[in-house]
Amino acid sequence: MSVLTNHLDLFLYTFGQTLQLFAISAVLSLVLGTILAALRVSPVPVFRGIGATYVTVLRNTPLTLVFVFFVFAYPLLEIVKIEPYTAAVVSLSLYTAAFVCEVVRSGINTVPVGQAEASRALGLTFTQMLGNVVLPQALRSVVPPMTSTMIALLKNTTVASGFAVVQAGSIRDSLSEQGENVLFGLLWVAVGFVILVMPLTYVQQVFEKRWSVAR
Amino acid sequence: MSMVLFDVPGPKARVRHKIMAVAGIVVALAAVAYVVWRFIATDQFSARRLDWINYKQIQLSLVEAIGNTLSAFAVGAVLALVFGAIFAAARLSDHGWVRAPAAVIVEIFRAIPLVIMMFFFYYGLPVAGVKLSAFTAVVISLMLYNGSVLAEIFRAGINALPRGQSEAAYALGMRKTQVMTLVLLPQALRAMLPTIISQLVVLLKDTALGFLITYEELLRWGTRIGNDAVNFGRPMIPVMIVVALIYIGLCLLLTWLANYLEKRNRRNKKVIHTDDDAAAQVQLGAASTATVGGGLTV
Repeated sequence: MSVLTNHLDLFLYTFGQTLQLFAISAVLSLVLGTILAALRVSPVPVFRGIGATYVTVLRNTPLTLVFVFFVFAYPLLEIVKIEPYTAAVVSLSLYTAAFVCEVVRSGINTVPVGQAEASRALGLTFTQMLGNVVLPQALRSVVPPMTSTMIALLKNTTVASGFAVVQAGSIRDSLSEQGENVLFGLLWVAVGFVILVMPLTYVQQVFEKRWSVAR
Repeated sequence: MSMVLFDVPGPKARVRHKIMAVAGIVVALAAVAYVVWRFIATDQFSARRLDWINYKQIQLSLVEAIGNTLSAFAVGAVLALVFGAIFAAARLSDHGWVRAPAAVIVEIFRAIPLVIMMFFFYYGLPVAGVKLSAFTAVVISLMLYNGSVLAEIFRAGINALPRGQSEAAYALGMRKTQVMTLVLLPQALRAMLPTIISQLVVLLKDTALGFLITYEELLRWGTRIGNDAVNFGRPMIPVMIVVALIYIGLCLLLTWLANYLEKRNRRNKKVIHTDDDAAAQVQLGAASTATVGGGLTV
């Protein structure tokens, strides 16, 4: 307990940084992922190919490798200098976007084709069809897995510990520098993550139960 | 490809699509060309930076590094499967006092980031006098995390079977263990196999986290060679391309296996088709990676 109380400001600060890293990467990956999903369901085969290639490559690469690339390899290309923090945001966003893309795409694909055909037959415009018929139904099957993807992203922010980015995973460094008990420090970090993740898991289960009946 | 959103294109739309396709190709090629130009402009593929390939010792260390990655994967996978089976059984138990602790343990290990677990076993435990090697720390963490996810996958898979299966088995006079091992498990395992394998892909990717606790696996090998400024002038780019190709190759191999099994399953009449999503959803929940419904279709 003393590890936590003596270093409360350290814990609060680093978990704050974790949440910040999470929030920025979440927004960026949602935007990029949705764009990729749009590419993957587009009627133009080339666009589908581009989206599929991106998803295949990023989903089969370890996140740590993406980090290593942006922190160690990218600076050698001398394009734009980026801070480790920016590199972490870029790696997390690019990596998570591939998963967001798959969730959105499979959500759209769960809507029966007849729904869209019927709305076209009724003379709805493309925007009306998307906004009033397809997306509201797709949303139901997207939200639970999307929550899961976001939980994964939250946990993945700790990978940044190996790359000089201050977040909850780097509490260990600060504690061992000060000769504190790392064992209990790490236990508290674990508790912190359990506290952060549990409500999200609960919300996800509620949505899943409520909406699985509605179909 | 389902065309939920679009009508079958007419002549005008087809022309428009062709124009967009050309534009897409141009943009993609421009992006690739820019990266290649940066590679060439900063001379990433000079003879000196590719020289490491010629050294026998480095080739051997590469093989050894791949071996380390694969052995962490193999041991971690076996342990995770065992852990998952035990805890799934516990969570499906009829006794509340077995079910509840198992549920708590599984939920907690799914919520703790793998990195924190590895730090705990590698840097934390020595404080208490228990010294683990990097390999052991990696393998135990992989077991606890992926084992918990697998436990949920198993449980969801068994719960997704039609209730008539177990009811009929009980009606025939089978005991609990018999119902599970003779009726439920064989069917559930077949249906879950693709999901289990894609969770193993996650496990394979997660071995790369061993990098953070100085486990000598493929990625660590890559950064060691890539940072060698004295002999090879920091060949990080070519080395990382090689490392990425190896990882992607290994993962695609496993994914291909999953898809192959799924295809074979679909033809197999013995398989009961359940609501496949149940298990896949669980996996998505915990995993940093998951194959959503049947993988990629280009």
